Amino acid sequence: MARKISYQQAINEALAQEMRRDQTVFIMGEDNAGGAGAPGEDDAWGGVLGVTKGLYHQFPGRVLDTPLSEIGYVGAAVGAATRGLRPVCELMFVDFAGCCLDQILNQAAKFRYMFGGKAVTPLVIRTMVGAGLRAAAQHSQMLTALWTHIPGLKVVCPSSPYDAKGLLIQAIRDNDPVIFCEHKLLYSMQGEVPEELYTVPFGEANFLRDGDDVTLVTYGRMVHLALDAAASLARQGVSCEVLDLRTTSPLDAESILESVEKTGHLVVIDEANPRCSLATDIAALVAERAFHALKGPIRQVTAPHTPVPFSDALEDLYIPSAAKIEATVLELLQGRKVA
Amino acid sequence: MSTLSTERLLHAWRVMRTIRAFEERLHVEFATGEIPGFVHLYAGEEASAAGVMAHLDDEDCIASTHRGHGHCIAKGVDVYGMMAEIYGKKTGVCQGKGGSMHIADLSKGMLGANGIVGAGAPLAAGAALAARLKGNRAVAVAFFGDGGSNEGAVFEAMNLASVWNLPCIFVAENNGYAEATAANWSVACDHIADRAAGFGMPGVTVDGFDFFAVHEAAAAAIERARAGEGPSLIEVKLTRYYGHFEGDAQTYRHPDEVKHYRETRDCLMQFRERTVRAGLLQAAELDAIDAEVEATIEDAVRRAKADPKPSPADLLSDVYVAYP
Repeated sequence: MARKISYQQAINEALAQEMRRDQTVFIMGEDNAGGAGAPGEDDAWGGVLGVTKGLYHQFPGRVLDTPLSEIGYVGAAVGAATRGLRPVCELMFVDFAGCCLDQILNQAAKFRYMFGGKAVTPLVIRTMVGAGLRAAAQHSQMLTALWTHIPGLKVVCPSSPYDAKGLLIQAIRDNDPVIFCEHKLLYSMQGEVPEELYTVPFGEANFLRDGDDVTLVTYGRMVHLALDAAASLARQGVSCEVLDLRTTSPLDAESILESVEKTGHLVVIDEANPRCSLATDIAALVAERAFHALKGPIRQVTAPHTPVPFSDALEDLYIPSAAKIEATVLELLQGRKVA
Repeated sequence: MSTLSTERLLHAWRVMRTIRAFEERLHVEFATGEIPGFVHLYAGEEASAAGVMAHLDDEDCIASTHRGHGHCIAKGVDVYGMMAEIYGKKTGVCQGKGGSMHIADLSKGMLGANGIVGAGAPLAAGAALAARLKGNRAVAVAFFGDGGSNEGAVFEAMNLASVWNLPCIFVAENNGYAEATAANWSVACDHIADRAAGFGMPGVTVDGFDFFAVHEAAAAAIERARAGEGPSLIEVKLTRYYGHFEGDAQTYRHPDEVKHYRETRDCLMQFRERTVRAGLLQAAELDAIDAEVEATIEDAVRRAKADPKPSPADLLSDVYVAYP
């Protein structure tokens, strides 16, 4: 029986093991240690939720606290990556991308192409995503589609401790800029994680449940809701196949198509807002390339076209639920109304 | 002035003359319609690029601007490769996929011209951070204009460079205009150099028509950075001889403004007069360099025009190092 650790510990372990293995890896971000220049403890926080705790003392000089200055330090990470280092730069909440988007959109993502294939920018931006912490509109977004839209970026959204470690190690070793999206509600999730170093390749979806009646495609925290719905549906005689994309760029289109060819039904579940989203992207992919296999309309279960609300009464409605996924599947298969 | 060797003086002349000839030729060629896109010419500002880059080698990095040809030439980027890039040819330094605003040569420490105003400053801070983490003596220089000096990216990079004590030099090339807007209107303080105080670093304003003034100020700032004493800001005051981009009628300028600067302040003219009068260089050796430069530019244009464009397959290549 393998050891169990949390999603958060898996990320910490991946960082520590890669920093130990490769001297060019370093981490930087706001309060990645915490306490810089203050009279109290060093490594006071280890990241705002403690994800990088302990690394400061293990790796002197390689855990850099930054001023609250996203353009400056994200840009500096991009610059350092072009000079043979492998920065893992933390953008505390993905929402803060509003401050520093240029350095990702116009600089890191473009260098390789714009400079004729001569630039290598091995940068990882770790960032916290997703709703559910009552953190409201500016600390809860799921901006996966924004990153996925940009050629030159790779986009990773691990759904488990095992994937978090393996995908982060892959991201650090990868020679392209990677946006590594950590779902804040998954940090405490426990799971089996090998102690040794391993990678999970990009662009390979994970078949988490085999089924014949309907394909559920999703990523990130929604994976667990899809699995809950699938378990409930199984008790009602409905067999769901559940695909965890793991990375949205590159996208494992072949696995999605293969599954829909088998089941003939597709429900895409995306925690993000619905317009121009992963859900619409995957729906378009299947409509174009597997239309012949479809026995019914493609359905999407997403957040509504609104900002993330604060009140729990509203946020719980905003986030797609297992019940909503289940109802959508039943309606699709049996023509029942969604509750 | 006299502390520079003949070889270094001749090199500075060659750099400045190459930039001038490159830009004046582009001005002519652009008018024929053969050059695609936008070009922003550096003519008039040569002393800044030459004066700063005289202190740098390939390990040192620079981040440039949309007006980047001069920085590229002074940093040693191949002139023919630049010309071919500007013509959108496969043989260009970026294989025709970047163009004038994105010329880069990382092997020369040239992190790219940049189409986004002010965006190079954080990149330079990052290159300086890399030098410090690697423990070498390299420095990084961020060039930006008076327009860029108002960008938050520049402020954040300056603050970060000071907080981290990075070997980074910020060079504000104040040519008086951000596109069509005057610096004396858009920059809220008297001198861009005054902003250094707000970021805890020294700041100086120098005459950008005077190669030796730029050279001296850059020497002090770069020496300071190499000694681990942190970043500096240099404001270089100069002018551009052409518009914001080629095709700009410059109706926002006084009609005689450029003529006045060309006739009274030109950096090449001053350099030649002073070095020859002081007996440091011979007019004949400068003329010989001029002739070589003309031949180099002529050759670059001729080859660039004849070179092939990228092939259709190039559209999809080099987005990623690897993408499954």
